[in-house]
Amino acid sequence: MTTALLVLEDGRIFRGRGYGKQGSTLGELVFATGMTGYQETLTDPSYAGQIVVQTAPHIGNTGVNKRDEESDKIWVAGYVVRDPSRVVSNFRAESSLDEELDKYEIVGISGIDTRALTRHLRSAGSMRAGIFSGAAAAASDSQLLEMVRAAKHMKGLSLSDQVTTEQAFEEQPTAASIGKVAIVDLGIKRSTIEHMLSRGLTVKVFPAKVTAAEITAYQPDAVFYSNGPGDPEAATGQVAVLREILDQKIPFFGICFGNQLLGRALGFDTYKLPFGHRGINQPVLDRTTGKVEVTAHNHGFAVRTEGLDDITSPNGYGKVKVSHISLNDDCVEGLECQDIPAFSVQYHPEAAAGPHDSSYLFDRLVDLVATNKKAK
Amino acid sequence: MPKRSDIKSVLVIGSGPIVIGQACEFDYSGTQACRVLRDEGIRVILINSNPATIMTDPDFADATYVEPITPEIIESIIIKEKPDAILPTLGGQTALNAAMALDELGILKKYNVELIGAKVEAIKKGEDRQIFKQLVLDAGADVAKSVIAHNIDDCLAAVEVLGYPMVVRPSFTMGGLGSGFAYNEEDLRRIAGAGLQASPTTEVLLEESILGWKEYELELMRDKNDNCVVVCSIENVDPVGVHTGDSITVAPALTLTDREYQNLRDIGIQIIRDVGVDTGGCNIQFAVDPKDGRVIVIEMNPRVSRSSALASKATGFPIAKIAAKLAIGYTLDEIPNDITKVTPASFEPTLDYVVVKVPRFAFEKFPAADPTLTTTMKSVGEAMALGRNYSQALQKALRSLERRGSSFHWTGNPGDKAALLEKIKVPTDGRIVAVQQALRAGASNEEVFESTKIDPWFIDQIVLINEVADEIASASELDADLIRHAKDHGFSDAQLAQLRGISEEEVRAIRHGFNLRPVFKTVDTCAGEFPAETPYYYSTYEDETEVSPSSRKKVVILGSGPNRIGQGVEFDYSCVHASFALSDAGFETIMINCNPETVSTDYDTSDRLYFEPLTLEDVLEVIHAEQQSGELVGVVVQLGGQTALGLAKGLKAAGIPILGTTPEAIDLAEERGLFQKILDEAKLLAPANGTAVTLAEAEVIAARIGYPVLVRPSYVLGGRGMEIVYDQLSLVDYFDRIADQGIVGPTHPLLVDRFLDDAIEIDIDALYDGEQLYVGGVMEHIEEAGIHSGDSSCTLPPVTMSEGQISRVREATEAIAKGIGVRGLLNVQFALANDVLYVLEANPRASRTVPFVSKALGITLAKAASRVMVGESIASLIANGALPAKDGTHIPAGSAISVKEAVLPFKRFATKDGRFVDSLLGPEMRSTGEVMGIDVDFPRAFAKSQSAAGSALPKSGSVFVSVADRDKPHLVLPVRRLQQLGYKVLATSGTAAILARHGIEVQVVRKHTDPDSIEGPSIVDLINDGKVDVVVNTPSGSHARKDGYEIRAATTAADKAIFTTIAQLSAAIGSFEAVLAGPFSVKSLQEHALDRKAALAK
Repeated sequence: MTTALLVLEDGRIFRGRGYGKQGSTLGELVFATGMTGYQETLTDPSYAGQIVVQTAPHIGNTGVNKRDEESDKIWVAGYVVRDPSRVVSNFRAESSLDEELDKYEIVGISGIDTRALTRHLRSAGSMRAGIFSGAAAAASDSQLLEMVRAAKHMKGLSLSDQVTTEQAFEEQPTAASIGKVAIVDLGIKRSTIEHMLSRGLTVKVFPAKVTAAEITAYQPDAVFYSNGPGDPEAATGQVAVLREILDQKIPFFGICFGNQLLGRALGFDTYKLPFGHRGINQPVLDRTTGKVEVTAHNHGFAVRTEGLDDITSPNGYGKVKVSHISLNDDCVEGLECQDIPAFSVQYHPEAAAGPHDSSYLFDRLVDLVATNKKAK
Repeated sequence: MPKRSDIKSVLVIGSGPIVIGQACEFDYSGTQACRVLRDEGIRVILINSNPATIMTDPDFADATYVEPITPEIIESIIIKEKPDAILPTLGGQTALNAAMALDELGILKKYNVELIGAKVEAIKKGEDRQIFKQLVLDAGADVAKSVIAHNIDDCLAAVEVLGYPMVVRPSFTMGGLGSGFAYNEEDLRRIAGAGLQASPTTEVLLEESILGWKEYELELMRDKNDNCVVVCSIENVDPVGVHTGDSITVAPALTLTDREYQNLRDIGIQIIRDVGVDTGGCNIQFAVDPKDGRVIVIEMNPRVSRSSALASKATGFPIAKIAAKLAIGYTLDEIPNDITKVTPASFEPTLDYVVVKVPRFAFEKFPAADPTLTTTMKSVGEAMALGRNYSQALQKALRSLERRGSSFHWTGNPGDKAALLEKIKVPTDGRIVAVQQALRAGASNEEVFESTKIDPWFIDQIVLINEVADEIASASELDADLIRHAKDHGFSDAQLAQLRGISEEEVRAIRHGFNLRPVFKTVDTCAGEFPAETPYYYSTYEDETEVSPSSRKKVVILGSGPNRIGQGVEFDYSCVHASFALSDAGFETIMINCNPETVSTDYDTSDRLYFEPLTLEDVLEVIHAEQQSGELVGVVVQLGGQTALGLAKGLKAAGIPILGTTPEAIDLAEERGLFQKILDEAKLLAPANGTAVTLAEAEVIAARIGYPVLVRPSYVLGGRGMEIVYDQLSLVDYFDRIADQGIVGPTHPLLVDRFLDDAIEIDIDALYDGEQLYVGGVMEHIEEAGIHSGDSSCTLPPVTMSEGQISRVREATEAIAKGIGVRGLLNVQFALANDVLYVLEANPRASRTVPFVSKALGITLAKAASRVMVGESIASLIANGALPAKDGTHIPAGSAISVKEAVLPFKRFATKDGRFVDSLLGPEMRSTGEVMGIDVDFPRAFAKSQSAAGSALPKSGSVFVSVADRDKPHLVLPVRRLQQLGYKVLATSGTAAILARHGIEVQVVRKHTDPDSIEGPSIVDLINDGKVDVVVNTPSGSHARKDGYEIRAATTAADKAIFTTIAQLSAAIGSFEAVLAGPFSVKSLQEHALDRKAALAK
C-alpha cells in the first residue's frame, strides 16, 4: 500500500494510505457525518471542488449501483476515509466503490485519524487542502503546502458552470400530469427530479446560464433552483434571472443553493459558515407547524436575515418569513415569501442520502402550482 | 410546551428480579427515570421486588417499595400514595404486564390513575400479533405468513399453510420465552404445547421460517408533537434464528445502503405512529432477505428494552432518561443533548466508531441443557466494546467476555475444514471462534456463508483478522508499524504474545518501548461535529487522544464486567455506590467497565467513564492515560467481583496502588493452608477436610471424615462442580461425571469437606478498618448448609439464632478480619451445627448480599467501605452520619424481617429432547437474580418473597409430597399443618405410608417410573394437567433420581411452587397461614428506616 499525504493549508499533515487514483488533488476540505449514503454523497454535484472526509469509519461495504447515483459521475475533488471495504456485500451492488473511484479518477486517502481531522476542521474551520499519493507524494512537505496554499478559495468561487447540464432537456411525469416546472440546474440531484416526476410535474432542466426569457418561453407553472456548489455571492447572473421570475410572480421553489439565491434575490446577505453542515441527522424546526424534521444537509454558506418574522425584503418583494431554522445553531434553513409565491429551504427534502421527513415540501410545490393555476 | 403541570407524583414500576431476558438494563433505565422525575420536582414512588438494584436505593425515590410486583400490592400502594400517574415503560415486560393487569382489573379507572409513557391501547397494539400484523402491512412492510393458534389442533392445521420449519412464538412473554423452530410434528407439539402454557392468553403465533435472513433493529423515540427520531440502528451478525439477545450485534448497521436503511426508518416511524407510542420509545426488529431485500417486521416493543440500553451506551443518547421526560410532557426539541449541551435531543446520533455487543452464556451451569441458540434467549449477560472499526470492536468485545476461548486464537491445528463447516451450521456459544478456525482451516468466505448465513462482509472481517495474524506470526520482528497495524484490528498484547511465542509482558515492554499506547476517543453522539462535554471514552490506536487533563485526586473503580451467574447487578450496585461516595468525598471517580446493561456504565454515574475490557492490558492503559495529570490515589478492586479482584495482583506488580485490602491479604483468604492458620490462631473451627487428586484419595478422606462430604474443585467460580456426596457409590459417580471436564488435577486438587448435615448456614457482611468491625448484617439461610449461598433464601435478621450466637459470629468475623488484614468489606460464611460454629469460607470483598443488607437495614455498606478504603475510619463515618451508630448486630424489638429469595432460570433451559433441566438446588450457584420480601414477621416476609419470585403460595389446592428417606421423619409436622389449613395432600406410596401411620390422610399417586399396570394418572400427568398446586420433592440417592427429575421438570414447566428441601417447607408453613389470613400491607423502605431508627433509640 502506498503512502499518501493529506496536507492542510494551516500546515497540518496527515499520513495514510493511497486510496482511489494515485496522484494529487486540491480542494476545500469538509467533513460529512452520514453513516449511510457514501454513493449519493460522491455523486452529489454540490460537492464539486471539495475534498470530503467521511466520519463513518467503514466506507464501501455495499458497493455501488446505478439506482443510487445522484448524477452521472463522482464530483468530489478528493476523498478521505478511514477503512475502505475489502469486499462488497449487498444484493443491489453492481460494482465496488474502489472500481468506481478508479473510473472517475478520484484521488483519495485512507487509514488516517479521521476523527482528529474532523475535530480540527470543527475548530479551525473548513480550509483548503490537498491529497498527494504515488509520485506526487514524493515532494517535500513545504512544496506540497505551497501547492495547497496556491489553490482557489471556495469563497467567491462560481462552480455552477462546471456541474450544470450542457443542453436543456425535458422529462415527463410518472403520475398524471398537473403542471410544468422549469428547473435551473446549478448541480441538481436525480432524486429531486424524481420527486417532481412522481408528483405529476413535467420538468424541463435548463443549464445554469439560462435567461429569464428562455424560462418564461417554456411557460412553466413554477420555477425551481436546485442545490449546487460554490459561493452564492458569485452567482450574480442567476440572482438577476431569479429577480425577473419573482417580478413576474411565477411560483418559485429553491433548495440549498437555490435557497441562498432566493435570499440574495430578496436582498439578503449570504455568509460562509465556519465548517458548514454536512450530515443526514440535522434537526430543523418547521416554524409554521412547530414540528421537528430530521434532515439531510450539505451547505457551507447560509442566508442572513434580521429577525425571523415579518422581515421586509430589501429588494421590494414584500414580507418574508424564516420558515425553518436549524436547532443545532439557529441558522436560517428556509424562507417563505408572504406576498409573492416563493419559498425555499436550505436543506435537502429530496434526501438521498438522508431521512425522508421533509418530502412534504415537494407537496407544497405541487400545492403552489395548483393554486397558481386556479388563480390564472 | 414544557412539562405537564398536572402530574405531581408518579409510580414507577421496576422489572423485579434479574432473569434471563430481563436483566439489569432495567435497573439502568429505572434509575435514570427516577433521577429525571425527581429533578423535575415530581414525587417518585417506586415498586421493585429486587433489592440488588440501584434504583431501589432509598435515595432515588421518595417512597421505595420493595414488594412483589402484583396487581394487589400495587393497588395497596396506589391507595396509600395516591400517585397521579404510573410509568410502566421502564421496567421491562414485567412492568408492562403489571400495568395491563391493573387496567384489566379496573384499578386504574377506580383510582383515576393515568398510565404515562405508553397507553393501554398502544401496548395492546404492539403486543397483539393480529393487530400488529395489520399495522405492519399498512406501514408498507411485509410480515411473515402466520397463523394464530389457541390449541394444538390449530397448530397442526397450520402446517398446510406454513410448512416446516415453522416458528412458534407465545404471546405476551418476555425475552422470547417459549419460542422455537419446529422442523416436524413432534417439535411442533412440544414447542407449541409449552408455548400455550407460557402465554398468559394461551395463544401462540405460528410463522413461516425466515431463518438465515439478515436481522436489524431500530430504536425509535416519539414525542407528543409527533416528532420522531431513530436513535440507533443495530445489525445482528448472527442472522435470523438466533434471539437478538444471544446474537453478536453491531451498531450502526454496516451492510445497508442509504436507500435500504431509510426504508426501514420510514417503516419504523410509520409503525411507532400507528401503534400510538407518543411519549416514549420503542424497539422494532426487522428481517431483510439477503437475496432481494424483502423486509419483514418481526416485532416491536413499546418500552425501553435491553436493546435500548445497548443503544444508549452505544450512542451516548440516554433513551430511558429522554423517555421519562417525554412521558411527563416534554418534546424532543425541548430536551438538550446531554453530551453537547448546546444541541437538542431531536436529532439522530451519528457514530464515527463501531460498537459490538457479544452475549455471555452459562451453559456450563446446566450441563443437561441444549446449547443450541434459538429464538428463546439463553444468555445471562453481555459485553460491549467500542472501536474505530469493526475488527477492533469485535476483538475488544470478545476479550471483554473474560472467558477462556472466547477470543480468536491461532494455536494448534484448527482441525478439519469440513467438520468445522458442519459444526458452525448450528449456532452455539462461541460459534464466532469456530468460524475463525474454519477460515484458518482453509474454508472460503462463500463456504462459511453457506454454513452460517452470516453476511459475507462480517466473514471477511474475520478473514482480515486472520491475515493480520499471519503477518504478525511471520514477520521477522515485531516492529512499531506491525504492532500499530495489529492494534488497529483489535489484537491484545496476549494475542500478539501467542502469535510471537513470547510472553504478554514482553509484548507490552516492546510496545511501550516504541511508545505505542492507545489514545482515548469520546462518545459524542455527533461524530465530532460539536464539542462533547461528557467524558465518556473508549480506546483505539490513532493520533489524537481526547482525555482532558485534570489536577484532581483520582480513584479508579473497576466494574464487574458482563453479568454471569454468580456475578451480576449486586456488584454493579457496590461499584456505583463507591463512585457516588468517593465523588461526595471530593475524589474524581473513574469507572472502567464493559457491561452495557449497568448503571456503572451510565456516563452520569462517575466523573469519567472508560468503556473498556477488564483485562490487565486495557486497565493499565486507562490508568496510564489518567496518570498523565492529577494524582491517582488508587484503584478499587474489591467491589467488582472476581473480575476486578483478579486484576489486583497484576496492577500491584505494575506499581499501581490498590485501595483497601491488599492483594496479599486477599490471598490469605483464598489459600487453604494460610487461611487455616488464621483460623487456628483465632481458635476457630473449619469442617474436617482434605484435598484429593484421585478417586482413591478422595475415598480415603471421605472415609476418615465421614459421609456426607462436600466436594469442590479449587480455583473455580460460583461453586462450579461443587456437590454434596452422600456415599461412596455417589463419589465414584461424581468422578465419572467430571472425568472429562479437566477441573481436578495435580495443580488444582479437589477439596473434600465434611458436610454438616442439619446445620444452619450463616452469611455475614462486615466492614473493617483495621481497628473496628462494623457488621452490615447477619443473615440466616433458610435451606440447610450445602446449597450455594447465592441460591439459598435467607433472612435478615436471623430468625432462629440467639443473641449469644450472633455475638459469637461477630467475634469470629472480627478475628478473621484482623487475621487477614481486611481494609474494607468482608463476607464470611459460617455453619452452626449442634451449637458449634464452623467457618466455611471468607471473602475479603463485596459480596452478593451487600445491597440486600443495605435495603433491609438501611446501612449503606458499599459507600462506607469505599471511604474506609481511602483511609477514613469507621468511627469517623459514624461520627459524620455516614453509618448508623448501631451496626447490623443490633436487632431491636419489633424489627422488620427481610427475606431474600433466589430466582432460578430452569425454565429457560430445555434438554435436547425438549424437557426442562433439573431444578434441584445444590452447592453450585445457578440463580440469576433475587427478590426481597419485607414485613413485620418471618411468615409474611417469606410469603412476599415467594410471591415476588413468581411462585406465590396458593390459597387452596393440592400439595404433592415425595421425599428422600432421610427427610421423612421431618415431614409429618408441616404436612399435618397444611392439611389442617385445608390443602389436599397427595404422595407417592412410600411417603404416604409414613404419613398414614401418623394419621394423615393422603391420596396415593402413581410414580412416573411405576409400571403402567398400576392404574390412574402418574404424578407427572397430574402436574402437567394443572391438578397439583404445590410440590414438595427432595432428592434421594441416584436410583430414585430420575423420578424426582421428571416431577421437578414438570413443576417448573407448570410454574407451580416447589420445595426441594424440608427446611424450605417448614419455613413456609407460617407463610401459608399468612397468605390465607388476607392481603399484605405495604411499607416503604423510607418508613422502615424511620421505624428502625426509632426502635434503636429506645
